[in-house]
Amino acid sequence: MTSASPAAPSLEAAATHVAPERRRRGVLLIRGATLVLGLIVLVQLLSAMGYIGFGFANWQPVLIAYVLWSAALCWGLVLRDGEAGWQAVFVLPAVLFTVALVIFPTFFGLYIAFSDWNLQSADGQKFNGLDNFWQLIADPYFWNALGNMVFYVGTVIVQYAIAFGLAMLLNADIKAQKFFRVAFLLPFMLSPVAVSWMIGKSMLEYRFGPLTHLLRNLGWEQPTLLTTPWLAKTTIALMDAWVWIPFMMIMILAGLQALPKDVQEAAKVDGATGWQGFWQITFPLMLPVSVTTVVLRIIFQLKLADIVINTTAGGPGGATDTISSYIFRVYKDRSNVGYGTMIAEVYLIIIIVFVALLLKFTSRYMQKAV
Amino acid sequence: MPHAAKRTLVYAALIVWTVVALFPIFWTFSTTFKVAKDVQMGNIIPWVDFTPSWLGLRAIGLSPDTIFTESTPRAEFLKRFFNSIQASVGAALLALILGSMAAYGLSRFSYHWKIWKNRDISFFFLSQLILPPVVLAMPFLVLYKELALLDSMVGLILIYTLSVLPIVIWIMKDQFDTIPQELEQAALVDGCSTWGAFFRIILPIALPGMVAAFILSVILCWNEYFFAALLTSSYAKTLPVMVASQTGSQGISWWSMAALSSAAILPLIIIGIFLERYIVKGLTSGSVK
Repeated sequence: MTSASPAAPSLEAAATHVAPERRRRGVLLIRGATLVLGLIVLVQLLSAMGYIGFGFANWQPVLIAYVLWSAALCWGLVLRDGEAGWQAVFVLPAVLFTVALVIFPTFFGLYIAFSDWNLQSADGQKFNGLDNFWQLIADPYFWNALGNMVFYVGTVIVQYAIAFGLAMLLNADIKAQKFFRVAFLLPFMLSPVAVSWMIGKSMLEYRFGPLTHLLRNLGWEQPTLLTTPWLAKTTIALMDAWVWIPFMMIMILAGLQALPKDVQEAAKVDGATGWQGFWQITFPLMLPVSVTTVVLRIIFQLKLADIVINTTAGGPGGATDTISSYIFRVYKDRSNVGYGTMIAEVYLIIIIVFVALLLKFTSRYMQKAV
Repeated sequence: MPHAAKRTLVYAALIVWTVVALFPIFWTFSTTFKVAKDVQMGNIIPWVDFTPSWLGLRAIGLSPDTIFTESTPRAEFLKRFFNSIQASVGAALLALILGSMAAYGLSRFSYHWKIWKNRDISFFFLSQLILPPVVLAMPFLVLYKELALLDSMVGLILIYTLSVLPIVIWIMKDQFDTIPQELEQAALVDGCSTWGAFFRIILPIALPGMVAAFILSVILCWNEYFFAALLTSSYAKTLPVMVASQTGSQGISWWSMAALSSAAILPLIIIGIFLERYIVKGLTSGSVK
């Protein structure tokens, strides 16, 4: 996801002259707004810590003050910098929004991670130093969930192979291509919660589910798909594949259709070329699209949670747990946000290192995105 | 292999996968109309294996005989349904506004904010994609409690906007990059302001990209479960949370679960059938050229 944008930004600000009076008003507005915001935060902070007797009932006014401050900042920049200010205002709202809702909570999370904090009890937050971290190091469920994540990420390669096959099929000279494309895409659009019920809880139901029924007819006496640990893990991986294969398929299909015309002819399934032609022509040409697709898919896979939570709730005995579903369970069981946040922050660091390494090794093969 | 045999194989494979993709959907819709006996017998084909009944729809007050009467389950269901619409459409709109502006700025101007240049800002937005929801979940729980935003629609819309914003920026930047800059330059010469050119010249051309980004955002928000399960309880609960909470409590009354699941996926299937072109455009923009 790194490369220079092809359309080099070139609409430079025509050096517009900003009148000194207007510039002064802009500066004044920004400073004034910042001062007001700082004051409101300070008052609320002092009141929350019990130093002063007045303040707001909750922190909502601070949020509103932040929104107003953002608006004042944008307006102030327009006044101060003229055309350059107008240009900054395109990007600034999104940046301020993301900073407030991602950067701040992530760092606030560190504060939670080092505390014992039961949301249900009246005691509130208590610092407990590195206790949560030591608990995590000794927590077999955490390491088990991390191991499962390796398995789930590994299945992406299998999904990729199937998706590539399907994309080749769709790219062949077939009738009703549009019908097949829509049919193949539909699973991707369905809510994971609904999928958990549709497949996990009903079609795989031990007594009456149509799939277990089918498996019994095929001679498998006890299809314990969701109760035998390794089987349950495989079943979750299959459901996840059912949802996500369409995504990869669409990406690869778009790649196939973007190949040069003569290569495309060779790439058609029912063309003259066979297995060899695929490995020598199509596959190498598709490498950039493939790598981009797989990397994106791995990044999404690291968030896997909904299907696990709703189908097995991590069971049996944590066999299907992902990190996300484990944290969800930890919170639901104990209402303690401290330990869950510690797991989440450690997981974030692992992910950042992993994705950075992944991008380092794959970026030279990738499509120039962004 | 002879040509005809090859074609047969291709179509066989296509049909097998069509069944794999569509059977669970067919199963869910048809189970809505089954009674307990049909479920236990594993009957599959309506009118052949079993006679459809209104049981599932009656359970959520939408069958012909209950639709004009008072119904608590229906009121509950409709509330969740409209909550989901509000949250997903609201978040998609907000993300589209913020994201289109940011994407246009990044596509057209060069910024130098201290050490930050365009590439760094783009990467800053995109890197949000890596962030798993769990990292934000607990801090949001605590912060929302302090901000009095727990179980509120505004809170849900804010966090959904956040989760789709990087995708919107990605799609829209790709869209703006394909529009030649001469268009704005001509408008600027004619006396249009930067923002005037953006609104009057560029946005109308970028409409397909905006539709794609909007639809993809709506789908992702409609299906979102993790944050909704943690941050909402009674007022702002969305449809996926309702579906999930029914799973445990109702045991084997499959018809009502099937009816709920059908209701949760039906809007998406309609979108998928009629707007597939835009979904594909949204998914593939930026990464496949």
